Amino acid sequence: MENVQSLPVRSGWTFLNTRSPGDWLYVLALIAGAAYAMVQYGAYMDEYEKAILVLSVPTFGWLGWRWSPIRSLLAAVAVVSLLAISMYQSDLGRAEDVFLLKYFVSSQSAIMWMSVLFFLATFCYWAGLLSGSSFAGSSGTVLTWCAVLLGTSGLLVRWYESYLLGPDIGHIPVSNLYEVFVLFSVMTALFYLYYEQRYATKHLGGFVMVVISAAVGFLLWYTFEREAHEIQPLVPALQSWWMKIHVPANFIGYGTFSLAAMTGFAYLIKNSASAGSQKGASALWAAALALALLLALEAVVFRKSGSSVFWLAYFAVFATIFGAMVAARHAIAARLPAVEILEDLMYRSIAVGFAFFTIATILGALWAAEAWGAYWSWDPKETWALIVWLNYAAWLHMRQMKGLRGAPMAWWALAGLLVTTFAFLGVNMFLSGLHSYGQL
Amino acid sequence: MNSPRSAALELLSSMRFAVSLLTIIAVASTIGTVLKQNEPYSNYLEQFGPFWFPIFANLGLYSVYSAWWFLVILGFLVVSTSLCLWRNAPRMLRETRRFQDSLREKGFDNFSQRATYSTSLPPEQARERLAAYLNAEGFSIRETRREQSTLIAAQAGMHRRWGYVLAHSAIVLICLGGLADSEALLKFQLFSGSKKPVNGNMRLADVPEESRLPVGNMSFRANMMVPEGRSADQAVLAVGDGLLVQELPFSLSLKKFIIEHYSTGQPRLFASEVMVTDKDTGKSFDARIEVNKPLVYRGVTVYQASFDDGGTLVKLQARNMAGGRENPGMIEARVGETLPLQFGGAAFQLEMTGFRPFNIENIAPDQAVPADATGSLAARMRNGLGAAARPDAHKEVRNVGPSYQYKLRDAAGQAREYHNYMLPLQVDQRWYMMTGMRSLPSESFRFLRIPLDDAGSLDEFSRLRDALFDASLRREISRRFLAGAANSPDMSETVRTRLDETVVRVLDTFGRNGFQSVAEFLDKAVPEAEREAAAGIYLRVLQGAAWEAWMIARERAGLKRLVADEAHARFVQDALSAVSDTFFYGTPLYLQMSGYEEVKASVFQLTRSPGKNIVYSGCLLLVLGIFAMFYVRERRLWLLVKASGEVKFAFSPNRPALDMSEEFERHRNKIPQILS
Repeated sequence: MENVQSLPVRSGWTFLNTRSPGDWLYVLALIAGAAYAMVQYGAYMDEYEKAILVLSVPTFGWLGWRWSPIRSLLAAVAVVSLLAISMYQSDLGRAEDVFLLKYFVSSQSAIMWMSVLFFLATFCYWAGLLSGSSFAGSSGTVLTWCAVLLGTSGLLVRWYESYLLGPDIGHIPVSNLYEVFVLFSVMTALFYLYYEQRYATKHLGGFVMVVISAAVGFLLWYTFEREAHEIQPLVPALQSWWMKIHVPANFIGYGTFSLAAMTGFAYLIKNSASAGSQKGASALWAAALALALLLALEAVVFRKSGSSVFWLAYFAVFATIFGAMVAARHAIAARLPAVEILEDLMYRSIAVGFAFFTIATILGALWAAEAWGAYWSWDPKETWALIVWLNYAAWLHMRQMKGLRGAPMAWWALAGLLVTTFAFLGVNMFLSGLHSYGQL
Repeated sequence: MNSPRSAALELLSSMRFAVSLLTIIAVASTIGTVLKQNEPYSNYLEQFGPFWFPIFANLGLYSVYSAWWFLVILGFLVVSTSLCLWRNAPRMLRETRRFQDSLREKGFDNFSQRATYSTSLPPEQARERLAAYLNAEGFSIRETRREQSTLIAAQAGMHRRWGYVLAHSAIVLICLGGLADSEALLKFQLFSGSKKPVNGNMRLADVPEESRLPVGNMSFRANMMVPEGRSADQAVLAVGDGLLVQELPFSLSLKKFIIEHYSTGQPRLFASEVMVTDKDTGKSFDARIEVNKPLVYRGVTVYQASFDDGGTLVKLQARNMAGGRENPGMIEARVGETLPLQFGGAAFQLEMTGFRPFNIENIAPDQAVPADATGSLAARMRNGLGAAARPDAHKEVRNVGPSYQYKLRDAAGQAREYHNYMLPLQVDQRWYMMTGMRSLPSESFRFLRIPLDDAGSLDEFSRLRDALFDASLRREISRRFLAGAANSPDMSETVRTRLDETVVRVLDTFGRNGFQSVAEFLDKAVPEAEREAAAGIYLRVLQGAAWEAWMIARERAGLKRLVADEAHARFVQDALSAVSDTFFYGTPLYLQMSGYEEVKASVFQLTRSPGKNIVYSGCLLLVLGIFAMFYVRERRLWLLVKASGEVKFAFSPNRPALDMSEEFERHRNKIPQILS
């Protein structure tokens, strides 16, 4: 005789019950900050923007509870940004006079420091990977955190500066290629740092930081050659609160897809070194060259501008770096995390990216319905977003349903970087459409 | 399973087929991003030539995303996803409720993640403790008592399966909603011949019934231009290279179109103040439509899409650019109008094509850039630091005033297009009227710079030009020029005669085709070695002669002689360049705007998209589904508590993953503690 009984599921309050006083203090600080912003600047916000502000409290609260370093980052960002803002005293001209402002915390200076720190972090991670020194690896982590801190503060201060330029010009700094490149670097680094802690390995830093360094290289060129860092007012099509959530959501996607691609590259290096097959190695060499070409993609388009030396050097540097990775694969492979970890990381970052890319594309559609009159117009940027989405949807299907694993998936994730980069940059450069914002 | 039908079903609902479809859609989509879509057919004809143009047209490449084959592929995606859902969903959902409580002791050995313990606790207590632990861990459990043992079957995260159902039904919903909003119905009407687009120019009122879409049309996307002070109740759909007219349930009258700019010149605001009148009830209300703030009324959404000129009245002073005394006088024309003109015995058609009330341009000369901003790397580094905006930005943007465009078409039908500015522009500290000309729309405008005189008018330029072309004045010009040049006493009579001939020849030559004919003459008549020196002499002679011609013309008009200073010398140089360029101006008329009454027009996009809410709900399901699939961890575990004190444990996640292995380790280490 079988006696069957079912018991209820555990209550969802456990998550809240197990919180420490520090957790609650953190949330209180968030609430206080949001309340202050609401009282101080509520008059300048519309209802949607107020809703975004209110919802940012649970969002960051949840993030901080899940991953505590976020709290220290937010606190530090608040200190640096508020310091800069207080020094401005509502006068943009003070960026030239006040020492701390001019060389450290004004938006451009902070972003330049971010660039330097990302380069240094890349160097440290590589030193750590090649020498096995844990000090070098930890330095890489610290430098990356500092770069994230300065990049985030730089963006926030830039936001403030845009209002100093004129109350009607002020806007969130996610409106042009320059600003989103900073956002991309910061997002990718943050996701990397999360996984670094989650999987307790510092040896992937070198791989991920190469992509960030490439982005920073572009950023520097864009600043010094094109003076793209100057704040431009928003054309009417961009004057929408949708922008505040559509763009960051997109960059979670772009960032994690790049992370997955570089993890895929690390996987392939480890795989080829352990298999010892010469065939795999030549494919890797080709991939290294292709990656360098991909990162120097902009060169092809901007060669008219006469600064081809910069791009040749850019290409040479990255070709050397990727080449060195392949050449040193036997030395590196032993230190890289286990293939299971690499596979898991690849899957996780693609899953996060896919989820947020879906949200971003949907938000884009909602915005498009308001601005362009149709939620989907087959504009080149939209279409390429769909192609990226389809690519990763297929990747996830193959992994989840067919259980496909190993080198093919890593190659596919790496190839995904090509599609993603084209959607992110190529479309802006080669194809014209509604996203080019030249006109109304 | 062996019949062809079930084989086809099998294929359609298979993963392989679905992933292939995703790939095919991705590839097909790129075509539309590489080839610009929905351009006028003439552009494609020009691009591909007469051979490829119709082939590509038949393949639907000019509007890939509404081509039949693309819709068929999307249809397959819907079918494949639906079949996949239909085959898998019921089973998957059934399993969420079903505990796998039939596991026997031997079955435990089939799991790779398993453990065996022994406990000294009484079985009942062990069972209770384990059940409590699993509950706290978020598992729902079912206990099955057998004779010598109790099986605890536990499962968690079973709603992950709902994620699968949600995400896949979302795809079907989104595709169906998109289909409702697509041009599918319209395509069918065009295909069956019940609707026919009109080609060519036709007034909206004359469009026949077969090219009109009724008010009740469920789904459309159309454009409508409304000039200020006018109203419209019909919108236009572009279909291939023809048009269809969409009737609206209301009329829209534009009270005012507003355009504002930032101080930097970029547009800040486009807004239309409209009055909407319902055609059925006759009731009216006011509304404001902005970019990002559309108006929704009776299921139609009205967007600010663009703006245009609504028929600005332009007052033009026509000036004679050829020699001769004929003065054409004043013309008034509205933008969009075509007027006949008679001039110099020839007939022209004036087509006013455009008007812009302001043109904001960056006119900072390069030297205004601080020297260090473009200089050394260090200097550029400095420029890249600090605030991301500078109060002293080295840009000077200025509104250079209204501009207007028109075409002059001659009797042979050849048109030249002109682009003029109403106000003079300053170049190198001197003022000019700018008029641009091109013969083909693909060319860029070449600008003629006409210098302004001391009074800021074109009168002195006209006077100088008329005198230059007046053949009866040449002897007198030469005489005066020689009198001025004859200060040197040693000039012989032969030199004097040769100089006189030169003056007349230079004026004759210049009068034929400007500097170009002078250059051609020099190429023919002067040996190469001396050409440069001769050109210098000819230029000086021409400038001196032009000055005398101007002064003679002033005397005859009863005006006094001017001082021969630097500024006037520059004027003569500029005037000669301008006169020389008029030979390439195409027509003898320069139309200078003296005033205007602006009428703006707003261009709206009007849509009715019944599928929108279906698509949006699909999107919501998609997000919920994706998060459920990725972040709900589905796993089952079993504990067999035997009366002997032996406890068997097995763990089975729905997919192998690192966090699942970690969870297994955690349970495996925790269970002995619970049992001790």
